Amino acid sequence: MNSQPTAKPAPELVCGKCNRKLEIGKVTVSYLGNRFPVELPRCPACGLVYVPEDLALGKMLQVEQALEDK
Amino acid sequence: MDDQKVRAWEAQCVEEQLPGCTTNCPARLDVRRLVGHVREGDFTAALAVFARSVPFPAIVSRICDHPCEAACRRGEAGDAIRINALERACVELGKARAARRPQGQRRKKRIGVVGAGLSGLTVAADLAAKGYAVVVFEAAEHCFHRLLSWPAEQLPPAAVAADLGALHALGVEFRCGTTIGESGVALASALEQFDALYLGVGPVAFHDPLFDSDGRIAVDPVTFATAHPRLFAGGSHRYGGEPYSPITSLADGRYAALSIDRFCQGASLAANREPQGITPSRLYTDIRGFAPLPAVVPADPRHGYTAEEAIAEAQRCFPCHCLECVKACEYLKHYGAYPKRYVREIYNNDGIVLGNHKANRMANSCSLCGLCAALCPDRLDMGEVCLEARESMVGKGKMPPSFHDFALRDMEFSSGEAFALARHQPGASASAAVFFPGCQLSASSPEAVGGAYAWLRQHIAGGVGLMLGCCGAPARWAGQAGRFDANAREFTANWQRLGQPEFIVACPTCQRMLEKTLPEGRVVSLWAALGAGGVPGAPAALPTRPLAIHDPCTARKDQPTQDSVRRLLAGLGVAAIELDGGERTTCCGFGGLAAFVNPEVAEATIRRRIGACDADYVTYCAMCRDSFARHGKRAVHVLHAARPDPGFSRRQENRARLKATLLRTLWEENMPTEEPPLDVALSPAVAAEAERRQILLDDIRTVIEHAERTGEKFVDGATGHTIASHRPISVTYWVEYEPAGSGFTVHRVWSHRMEVAADGQP
Repeated sequence: MNSQPTAKPAPELVCGKCNRKLEIGKVTVSYLGNRFPVELPRCPACGLVYVPEDLALGKMLQVEQALEDK
Repeated sequence: MDDQKVRAWEAQCVEEQLPGCTTNCPARLDVRRLVGHVREGDFTAALAVFARSVPFPAIVSRICDHPCEAACRRGEAGDAIRINALERACVELGKARAARRPQGQRRKKRIGVVGAGLSGLTVAADLAAKGYAVVVFEAAEHCFHRLLSWPAEQLPPAAVAADLGALHALGVEFRCGTTIGESGVALASALEQFDALYLGVGPVAFHDPLFDSDGRIAVDPVTFATAHPRLFAGGSHRYGGEPYSPITSLADGRYAALSIDRFCQGASLAANREPQGITPSRLYTDIRGFAPLPAVVPADPRHGYTAEEAIAEAQRCFPCHCLECVKACEYLKHYGAYPKRYVREIYNNDGIVLGNHKANRMANSCSLCGLCAALCPDRLDMGEVCLEARESMVGKGKMPPSFHDFALRDMEFSSGEAFALARHQPGASASAAVFFPGCQLSASSPEAVGGAYAWLRQHIAGGVGLMLGCCGAPARWAGQAGRFDANAREFTANWQRLGQPEFIVACPTCQRMLEKTLPEGRVVSLWAALGAGGVPGAPAALPTRPLAIHDPCTARKDQPTQDSVRRLLAGLGVAAIELDGGERTTCCGFGGLAAFVNPEVAEATIRRRIGACDADYVTYCAMCRDSFARHGKRAVHVLHAARPDPGFSRRQENRARLKATLLRTLWEENMPTEEPPLDVALSPAVAAEAERRQILLDDIRTVIEHAERTGEKFVDGATGHTIASHRPISVTYWVEYEPAGSGFTVHRVWSHRMEVAADGQP
């Protein structure tokens, strides 16, 4: 995965704890010992990250499968 | 993986074996390919194939003795393909490639050829093309003197001239009218002028001191060498004059030229030669499906086939292939080749240290059903190959976690407290037998398990114990030998505690696994145990119309079980329709956990099976029945009526409920009380999505409970829905939901395996 923003901000989503709108921020995703910096919507206060369905089942799944075949 | 085993597996697959038309051709012409090009109307490509094996295509297409046709399998269904006539069509209708030219680098060695017949001139052509200086001696005034005996209408002088022209283009020097041997130049002095000499002197006795008193010389049938190191010989002198076989002479020349080239380079004459001459074909081809067809007869026999006639004749070629397993198996079809290639790909995949494992999914998409072995002329079982590959992948830590995690967690559930049980019959302190219904019948039809257990307790003296749990099949199929063994140890210990009674099993997969786990134990099928006593609860459940019997793939080799089920059904008055019989049954798509790894292949497998017969199916594997039901095929289990597939979540609930119910009603014990589960409602569409994505209701509940307890969730301003995630295991589950009454309505679920952490956060 590259470090390009992989998801649009989700302006409608608000953190349930902090009541803050999500913002795109730096996040690390990891799988099978591989780590990648990406940008994903997250709560600017507590850092809770949102992984949209299309990302999870699209690009993220592709990368998971590619890493599983390494 | 063990490379010797791999080689043995590869050798079992005959698909790459050459068809009879090629192995019965001394020059081993690739007839199947040639005919294939003709079928496509590509005479030029067909001619190129012909010319690759035959240096004199114009001549041979007219006079070949075509032993190929005697081996043509089409001959068993009508007339053999008229291969030689097709060759003539190629020569006449195809565009010849540019004539052969000697290769750029000339060699210093000189080669003499005695006799300008087909064998000698083939030697001359092949060696001249390799850059040798070649001189041909012929006692007659013309090359191909012997061919003059053919009538001109069969072998027109123009055909001979065309092929000779190509030979001249190679720069061969001809000395016609020059006799070698007794009445001319002695062989020994001819030999002095050349680095090697080839003798293609024809069938008659040849008088020279290097020949024996009968005028013969001994020739090695493989290398065409004689006792003299620089002297080679072949053609009709070697194989005898009658009947003359032009193609054998030509092939002799080709193999002798190879030897002479090797000799000149100081290489071994005999080592690593491709198969030569006529051999039997090992290729299996089932021709039963082909109706007999007569050969196409040319409208004008003197002119041979027109293009249309040749194409029509070529279309009669099957062509010969084995592919018995590929034709019958969606998995083998899916990857576009055949087992020999797959074995190699899977083996290579196993050996990769750094780089992409491209065959991981392939090795894990086989249902291990054994149909390929049942159909293979050499009994190659791809399931064995795949299973060994899987065990190796697991051993190296290279098994993709996403392949089997879900199924292995389901196995854990079944071996765990919620379901597993091992008891003597209530009130008994010993067991003559123990009933093991298996996890899937319990998941699919808990009441059928209860009914069967009641029947067994009534009819078998000495006490029938009950064991609930998992037979270990998911671990075995996933290549998890360690987990399988651990399960087997626990299983064996429970069985020993019960006094090692005979097993009565309701699932053919369990039966196979138990035979493996307890080689010293006796395992019988429930169907045999029921005998002629009927089926508990079944008369009401089974429809009266005829039912097609689907034997589960794990019962493929279990004739006694197949027979027991048929006897039971007959006793119930069911008119049974046979599909392909037990030995050739197919998988329902669940076997080998293939459906988790390759849903596309599993889907094709089950669709094919469903399409085999319009009648409703009856089977004796709960998974088969539920797979059929899930795909809209009406199917009953011997023990219970048609019903929808319960789905993964309900399967676990049903197992847990079965245990709790039996404990309460038979042993008067209660399972520890648990909080009632969170009430979650899914529309059928969302439930189906969750099923496809391998997300259980319990996973959904865990996410919602976690979100509601911790407040770690998002609120969507547009819909008011809550979106939350939780990672109880190596999967992160996401749920979009909203409160509804005392519970929640679920709108969307998804998951991923990657871990996500915000940078700079705790």
